[in-house]
Amino acid sequence: MASSACGGGGDGGAATTVRVTLANHVWTDNVKKALPEFEKQTGLKVEVTQLGEDQLSDQYNVKLNAGSSDIDVMMYRPLQEGKLFAKNKYLADLSDRVKAANWDFSDFQAGPVESTAYEGKPVGIPIITEQEVLYYRKDLLAKAGLSAPPKTLDELKAAAAKVKAAEPDVAGFVARTGKSAAVTQFSSFLYSFGGDFVDGSGKSAVGSEAAKQAYAFYGGLIKDSGPANVSTDMGWPEAMAIFTQGKAAFYTEANSLYKNATDPAKSKVADQVGFAPFPAGPAGSKPYNIPSWALGINAASENADNAWKFIEWATSKEQTLAQQKSGVPGARSSVWADPEGTSTFPEDLAEAIAASTKAGVGHDRPLVVKVAEAREIVGQPLVDAITGKDAAAAADTAHAAFQKFLDDEAR
Amino acid sequence: MATTTTTKPPRSTVAAPETPGWLRWVDDHRKWLFAAPAMTFVAALLVFPLAWTAYLSLTDAEGSVRAESEFVGLANYLDVLSDIERFWPAVGRTATFTVVALLFEVVLGMAIALLLWRPFKGQRWVRVAILLPLVATPVAVGMMWRLIFDPNIGLANQLLGWFGIGPQPWLSGQYTALPTTIFIDVWQWTPMVVLILLAGLTSLSDEPQEAARIDGASTWQRFRHVTLPLLTPTLTVAILLRGIDALKTFDILYATKGRGGGSFHEVETLNVYAYGLSFDYNEYGISSTVLIIFFLIIIGAMWALTARRKEAQR
Repeated sequence: MASSACGGGGDGGAATTVRVTLANHVWTDNVKKALPEFEKQTGLKVEVTQLGEDQLSDQYNVKLNAGSSDIDVMMYRPLQEGKLFAKNKYLADLSDRVKAANWDFSDFQAGPVESTAYEGKPVGIPIITEQEVLYYRKDLLAKAGLSAPPKTLDELKAAAAKVKAAEPDVAGFVARTGKSAAVTQFSSFLYSFGGDFVDGSGKSAVGSEAAKQAYAFYGGLIKDSGPANVSTDMGWPEAMAIFTQGKAAFYTEANSLYKNATDPAKSKVADQVGFAPFPAGPAGSKPYNIPSWALGINAASENADNAWKFIEWATSKEQTLAQQKSGVPGARSSVWADPEGTSTFPEDLAEAIAASTKAGVGHDRPLVVKVAEAREIVGQPLVDAITGKDAAAAADTAHAAFQKFLDDEAR
Repeated sequence: MATTTTTKPPRSTVAAPETPGWLRWVDDHRKWLFAAPAMTFVAALLVFPLAWTAYLSLTDAEGSVRAESEFVGLANYLDVLSDIERFWPAVGRTATFTVVALLFEVVLGMAIALLLWRPFKGQRWVRVAILLPLVATPVAVGMMWRLIFDPNIGLANQLLGWFGIGPQPWLSGQYTALPTTIFIDVWQWTPMVVLILLAGLTSLSDEPQEAARIDGASTWQRFRHVTLPLLTPTLTVAILLRGIDALKTFDILYATKGRGGGSFHEVETLNVYAYGLSFDYNEYGISSTVLIIFFLIIIGAMWALTARRKEAQR
């Protein structure tokens, strides 16, 4: 109660300190640099807690479960935890706040806005969008006698095999291999083969013919053209390390990580990296196009008004433009329409992103409450295919398990 | 005569009529009163969480601990005990990890302790060097070995390459991951066993050794029939401490293989499984059930080991 005397905030003695929990991300680094500006503007103090993805998740599980009020603003993954958090009523309803004048909620892309809503109400504001693109090495392509990056998955397979044959020390293709980690990047393969995780009537679709082909293709590509000692627990840091160490020719990954490949401080091959749209499969080129991170307000926060002030500032047109110029793809249409918004992206990457936003699918994992569990189920055929087991049989097993999972969740 | 002087005089003669009743009560119960703060502490920090976990294990709590959950009786226990896909393999891995790691640590620890027992030049430096792994944080140790064992850019495979041996999958292989984590555990915790056994060895008296030597016993005979029996109580303490620790290893496994113990759950022990159930799946009921069963297993193992220790001391 003592704090009310010095608080003087808008909502009944709230503190003038906004406690913000953020993930390790380029976006966070940028925001931290711009914070003094916000603090000067509003007279508020911002306290940032920064954690790795897994630790962030655990932190929320513990603190929000206990109804703790010491988090005001939370950065979270709408597709991973959004449904669970909203269902548990951890996220405050932002319906009234998004009407803020001059902030312009209608400027946000429809897909990301839909993914951050729960039961029709906005509970988060998307801050980072992601599409899957093809990273490739220009020099290795030229060496293998290829004039342009592959346009179809079949061409990718042939090109990867060609590079591997020409350069035994270099992998033709690298991508995530961890059961759970690979699911998001595999999704674009799945859609481009004409499949999905769940069909139109809410039933498991991972046993479909298209899914079986996609599993076999992804696993086969890594098994045949991947790194020599491939492991089955690579996430993006491991796969990216192989690519940036110059040990792979092609790599399919989220565009939001492109700076890791083009920054000379992090990449040995920075000047040789090219980007292309996701190669087309039998059903065309269908990469995912998703909001990977959003900001929400902890429903138990006693400082909600100031928390919103922070979100309003961090997601403003100016901040989004600044973020995008330093390489973080945002969710505001106006910034994408502004030539300045894409000015700092490599030209081929900007083109790839433009193509992806047109044909993109709005999710990259099953849209369920218990996402972690679902990812492990639908990811199993991937690691089976990578280790040379029968992908179709593994897909059938996963299909039965996933249907049971969906039935359990619907109960 | 001696026995009669030590027997207490009847209470009535000691308690003078002016001593207030409450003081007498305090005097009679002082051993409980002095222990009360500690007992309250234990109750708050041990009994309450344990009771809460036991309660959760009887409900279908999931998603959020604060969400409404139903009492389901022993259904979770039936589910867990009949789960041959995740639970029983995890029990098997926990047992394998504990027994194999313990075996190596005790045998190696004993060998090193015997080497360090008699004074030699530079002994102090060797002792310090041996203790180094012990003072490192297990998570940092896990990270370090993860880099060393990286299949493509790790030091271990480069070293093997110099000797003309092909690259090994180490942590990334489906069947090599568990042995590799056991190796890391042995690397980190053998020094602790050395420390305990060395303390035991240096406190042994020299006379039995000398007597055996005069009788013409060989080095091995002296170790087998003199040193080892005398050292048994210390050895049991080392096994007890290290065994319980190995049984509940988590940090090394999590730091090297991450959530779920790898894509094939290759290092998923009971601890890693329970962690995943609550933090990845948000299935608090089932997770609590696994933890309670695990708790009973630890109690059982502890009981068996302490029983052996008492037997050995007899």
